[in-house]
This record gives sequence, structure tokens and C-alpha cells, in this order.
Amino acid sequence: MSDTGVTRASSSKEGGMGIVRLLLEGRAFFALIVIIAVFSFLSPNYLTVSNFLIMASHVAIYGILAIGMLLVILNGGIDLSVGSILALAGVVAGAMMQGVEIQAAGVILYPPVWAVVILTCVMGALVGAVNGVLVAWFKVPAFVATLGVMYVARGVALLMTNGLTYNNLSGRAELGNTGFDWLGFNRLFGIPISVLVLAAIAILAGIMLSRSSFGRWLYASGGNERAAELSGVPVKRVKITVYTLSGILSAVAGLVLSSQLTSAGPTAGTTYELTAIAAVVIGGAALTGGRGTVRGTMLGAFVIGFLSDGLVIIGVSSYWQTVFTGAVIVLAVLMNSIQYGGRARKG
Amino acid sequence: MTALSDTPAARPDAGEVVLAARNVAKSYGAVQALKGVNFDIHRGQVTTLFGENGAGKSTLMKILSGVIQPTSGEIVLDGQPVAFANSTEARDRGISIIHQELSLAPNLSVRDNIFMGREIMGATGVDFAEEERQTKVLMEGLEEEIDPLTPVEELRLGQQQIVEIARALSVDSRILIMDEPTSALSAAEVEVLFKVIRDLTAKGVSIVYISHHLEEALQITDHAVVLRDGTMTAYAPRAEIDLEWIVRNMVGENYDLGSPPDGYDFGEVALSIRDLTVPDPAGGRYNVVDRLSLDLRAGEVVCIYGLMGAGRTELLETVAGRFGASGGEIVLEGREVSHLTIADRIERGLALVPEDRQRDGLVQTMSVGQNLSLASIRHFVRGFLIRPAVEKKLIEDTIRDVTVKTSGGGAAIGSLSGGNQQKVVIGKIMATHPKVIMLDEPSRGIDIGAKAEVFRLLAEGARQGLAVVYSTSEVGECLSIAHRIIVMHKGRISAEFDASATKEQIMAASGESVAA
Repeated sequence: MSDTGVTRASSSKEGGMGIVRLLLEGRAFFALIVIIAVFSFLSPNYLTVSNFLIMASHVAIYGILAIGMLLVILNGGIDLSVGSILALAGVVAGAMMQGVEIQAAGVILYPPVWAVVILTCVMGALVGAVNGVLVAWFKVPAFVATLGVMYVARGVALLMTNGLTYNNLSGRAELGNTGFDWLGFNRLFGIPISVLVLAAIAILAGIMLSRSSFGRWLYASGGNERAAELSGVPVKRVKITVYTLSGILSAVAGLVLSSQLTSAGPTAGTTYELTAIAAVVIGGAALTGGRGTVRGTMLGAFVIGFLSDGLVIIGVSSYWQTVFTGAVIVLAVLMNSIQYGGRARKG
Repeated sequence: MTALSDTPAARPDAGEVVLAARNVAKSYGAVQALKGVNFDIHRGQVTTLFGENGAGKSTLMKILSGVIQPTSGEIVLDGQPVAFANSTEARDRGISIIHQELSLAPNLSVRDNIFMGREIMGATGVDFAEEERQTKVLMEGLEEEIDPLTPVEELRLGQQQIVEIARALSVDSRILIMDEPTSALSAAEVEVLFKVIRDLTAKGVSIVYISHHLEEALQITDHAVVLRDGTMTAYAPRAEIDLEWIVRNMVGENYDLGSPPDGYDFGEVALSIRDLTVPDPAGGRYNVVDRLSLDLRAGEVVCIYGLMGAGRTELLETVAGRFGASGGEIVLEGREVSHLTIADRIERGLALVPEDRQRDGLVQTMSVGQNLSLASIRHFVRGFLIRPAVEKKLIEDTIRDVTVKTSGGGAAIGSLSGGNQQKVVIGKIMATHPKVIMLDEPSRGIDIGAKAEVFRLLAEGARQGLAVVYSTSEVGECLSIAHRIIVMHKGRISAEFDASATKEQIMAASGESVAA
């Protein structure tokens, strides 16, 4: 009876609430400014263009993962497998750079770098699609499905290399497969390629979310799947697509990381899924789905990246870094519950 | 019939008042659920609260039992004003409530549910043996053979309701509020419940009773109070009232939801349902819709009336595509659509306005405009991108057409009243230009003015050639704009009437016992 879910008028827009609201909605932005200000004060080397570009190239990895994670979280799910897919992508790319032996034909294929990149992304898409199918069709809870895939992908990466790391990814000129380090080392207009890749992905994802029908479907099915389905939204397709995209972006991040390190190891990216989730949450997205933006997630990724790099620069122990990162995440979630808690429906 | 007054002071009194509401009002944002109600509960007597959906019955009972707090007004217990912070405080003062929605933990046993939150503690933890003994006694009192250790999820709905009742009884309350306690009970179980109620009142316990089964409530009640749109419209002791009095006061004298649109001929058959059979989604062995056939012509308005569990919702949701049918055909404009997805059915012009707008109709995280355009988004996409200007026009047009009162398309969906939220759901479907629109309980939880507007919209749509089918559990709503009234009972059509039918005829066909 009666409409309990209704109306918390616009009282929060009035009076002194305005500043609180502004602080809440722009919190990741303010946090970033505070971080930059504090570390600039503590270290003269922090606030320099070259340092910023280095930090940005570190952020790129988390940022790319976080965008994929944002899509999944907007859908009301979670993807724990991104770190493992990242490692698997690096290993798959590394293996292809070492040459693919086809025994039946008695030849060893050395695919060019562009083919390596595409094939690796296809691999990421397939693993992501497995997540999506498990969640959408077989109704496996996202947490469990992606947890399983996380272990499987990591295990496959370990099996492929027997636990070892591919150290030489540069290719050989006579085989025509050089250039893998381009992603991680080169610069365009003085900006690292990895940062440009992140920017391109962020812009595309932003347009997709705000302007495309798919974006609207994603927000709708994350906000209320039943209502979305009855409105003709293909909710299963949306679900499979977001996990697939998350898989592709994990593969891209894996390529960037192994290119930066010029090596591909099966243990790369361990716990990166948690960093990606943290970036999304700090960026103001709701883990229940339906709320969140690319802009917020990018700010979240920069907050985490700039904070941990700053702590390194001023020489704080890495154990303390862990503590700080954790505190920032808790603080962010706390503010999320303040922001959305008041709007939550009762009964 | 005696002249009636709505002021408690002026009415014929009987028995001491133990609990009373004085000028109690409750608002949820823009929605006024209660507008200053006075309500008395007498010692050792049954007071029944009548009213339609959305009249404020449950809100009032939640206030009396401390579940929610009134916006204004006071609660008087034994002559003293009291304020309950929560339902536990009210329970400690001897007031308990059986909620309309079951509030049991399905994974726990009957015993654990009954003693949830107030377990009997022995020397070594919970005294399960004693709890079990008391549960058995309660079940014997209710003449139910339920083992105290059975998990609640293994009980059928009616038995679950019995457990809910037993839990309230186990507290030894002075005042027991029963909000629709019999909705899932069989006739025999209702008889037992009434016997229990008579025993309780004999012991001095006061009962507040709410039921949609008017006849049934009249059997047990000592006093009747009628609520309409958040105000008390009538009060009388049992001796002075009958069914007709209740209905008149519930719906009001000037209750006009319009009449069937006329002055045009119906078009071709728009929707044809042939022998549709839907198995119980919960896995039961019966069919919730049983070989049902129905034709609907363009421009025709059909009302489906039936009690809870008659299969109305399952019928409409199956036709819309949410459930699969186990047999039969759904033909839209001559083409079979059973195999199509919900999206494809909407594309072909068959769409549903679901029963529960909060759960199935609206996306709370999106704005009014985004909700309105959600179902028709395919119509304004170029390439991959939405064309903002086209969307904006569609949103503005729809807001105007269905008369949504909102500050604009960007407003939060939660800022709207229930009636306006319902219009958003209807507007969303209308924006897809349907040929057949199905509405499941379109008037649920909205006030009478909004109801009339919703029906006016539907009648206008029918005049333009739209085929309309809506379901309701209020007879008065069938006798408004519908050209044809279908009565559903246990998954089948039990009767069919034209617009000249009477309420009694319709109710009788639905399986409700009405003394003619």
C-alpha cells in the first residue's frame, strides 16, 4: 500500500547542504588536488611534467582495467578475473612473439606485432565472454563466476610458461615482428603511448555510456533489470557484452604492461582487480549498479596511482602505502553511502 | 441505516478505548498517505478497517504498531499519549502486528521463525525444547498439523500465513493488528482463525482487522471504520451496517472513472490468445493459466477481474513475453508472436505496464526522461548514438500527452508522486506506439484523481484504435471504461459480462462469496 519508495524532495539542494553536496560529488577531484598539493610540498620532484607523465603511464594500466570494471559494476556485477586475464594476455602475446610452432606443417610462425595485439585482444574477449555467459545464461553469481575464471586464467598462464617469464619481447628485425615495446615506451607529442591509449579508451567509453543506446541499456539494466527487461532492453546481451569488453580491456592492459616491462610473466597483475574496483568505487560508482561515470572512474584511478607513486617518491615504506590505499578506499565507500544512502528506498 | 458521523466523539460507543489515533497524518514527500485520521480500538472487540488499495489502511496500522512514525498527530494508549520509536517498543507495550507481506525467514524452521529475535534462553543457550513445545501448542490452537522443525519455505503459502499468525499470537499481545491475514487461507483455515479471534476477544484482547474480503470481515467484526484517500469517511458498529454501506463509503458517491468510449466501431482483432496454458512458475503441478482464450479488437477496452492468485498477472506477463507458455498461441494482428522476445513484441506493438511499478516499471537510478524514453530508444538512434533533440522532443511530448506533473525530464523519478510515477510507466509504453496495451493493476497505490486520469488516457487511446486490456481487483474499476469484463478464476475465464453488469454478478463469478 502507498508509495514508500517515493520522494525525498530536493531539500538537499538547499542552504548549507550545497557545499556538502559539491564536496561529495566532486570528492575524487578534490582528493586528487589534495594529493598533488601535499606531495608537491613534500617533494620538489613530484610536481614536474616528466614525473607526471611517468605516473600517468603507471595509471594507464589501472585506468584501462578500471574502465572495463566500471562497465561491469554499472551492470550490477563484478569482474574479479581482470588481473588474471591481464597476465594471460601478456603470456599469450609473449608466446606469440617467441614464435608459434605448427608441428603438422613443420614451421614456426612469427606473427607481426599488429596480429599479436589483435589475437591477444580476441583471447581477452573470449575469456570475458565466458564470464558473461556464465553470469547471464547460467545465472552463476558474478562474484563466483569471475572468481573461478580468475583462477583458471591464472593457472593457464602458469601452465603455458611453466611458471617462467618471457624476457625477450622485442622480436627480431629479420622476422619482421619488432615493435612490441612501442606501446610501453614510445611517445607521441611527448606523451607516452599508454596514456594516449587510456585517453582514447576513456573517451570512447564515455561516449558509449552517455550517448549510445547501449549505454542507456547498461544504466537501465544495472538500475533495475526487471524493469529494463520489460521495456525491451536485451538485458542478457548487455550483460555478456560488458564482461566481454572488460576482458578485451584487460588484454589491452596486459599488452601495455608487458610492453612497459619488456617481459611477460604469469604472475603479473596479481590483485589488480582489486585496484580497479577501488578506482571505480572512489570514482563514485555504486556497487549495486546503475550509477557511475567514466570521468569519476578516471579520477579514481589517478587518485590511487598518484597517491602510491607519491608515497614512493617521498620514501614511505610500501607497507604504509597499502595502509593508505585501504584508508582511501574505505573513505570513498563511506562517502558513497552518505551520498546514496539518503536516497535508498525503504521497505 | 443510521446517520453517520466521522468524529469519534459523536459516535455510539461501546467498550473502553485502549488505543487511539488522534489526527494522525503521514506524508511521503509529496504524497499524503494519511490526512488526519481518528481511530479507536476497543478492549476485547474487533474493529475492521475497510478501504481500497492506497486508502491508507496499512499506513495507519504501521503507525499504530510503531513501524513508522506519523508526520503529525498523536497515538493514545490507555489514555496516555505515547510515541513508539520502533515496532519492538510497541510490542513491549502489548501491540503486535501481522503484516500483509509475510515477514518470515524461509530458510529457518517454523519454531525458529516464531521465536525469532526473542529466543527463550536456557542455562546452555537457546532452550529449543521449550520453544518447540510452545510452537506445538500454538499450532494445535490453530488446528494446523505443522511440524515445528519444518523449514518455512517447504510450507504452502496459506500455512506460512498461519505461522505468521502464530508468531503474533505467541507474544500475548493486548492489541493484535491483522493486515490481510486471510489472503492465502482456505475457507476452513479462515474459520479456525475466526475461532481463535473469538477466543482472544473473550480474553480481552483487542483486534484490528483488515481484509479485502468484505463479507468475511463482516462475520467477525464489532465495529467498522472506512478509509478513503487517507481520510476516515465513516464509522459504525456492526449492527448498523451491511455490505452495501461499506462499498458506498469505500468508493464514495461521486466515484466516476468514466464510461466505455463509444461512437466508433471496433477494428480487426488485434490480439488473439488461443488455449494459452502457463505452468506454475514456482514449480507447482497446476497451471496458473489454464487453456485460456481471448480475442481483443482494435479500439476495444477489456477489463480482467479476479482475486489474488486468479492468474491475471501470469496471463499478462506471459503474453508480454516474460514467461514461457506450455501451450497455446498468442497472435498479434494475425501473426504468432509466442517465440518472440519482449523487445520484439514491443516492436510489433504489444506491451505491458507491469503490476509493481517500483520493482518492474521504473529504473530508480535514472531520470524521468530517461525512464520515458527507455522502451522506444531504438526509434531515435542513428548509428550507435542517440539523437538528443529527437529524444528531448519525445520526452516532452510524452510528459504532455500523459500529463505527468514534473519539473521536467531531468527530474529524479523519486520526486514524483505514485500517480505520476504510474503515468511515467504508461507514458514509456505509449511512446512505443503500441497496438495492444496491457496494464496489470494500473490503479494500484495511486489516488482517485490519478486513477481517473489514467482511465481517461486509456479511453482516449482506445478511441484512437488502441486495444486496451487491464486487470484489477476492484470491481468498481471494471465498471468504468471497459466494454467487456472478463472474470478470471483459477487460471480460467469463469464469466464474461458487458458494461451493464452489476458488481454483485462480477464478484460472484470470481469465487468471492457475496450474499446477493
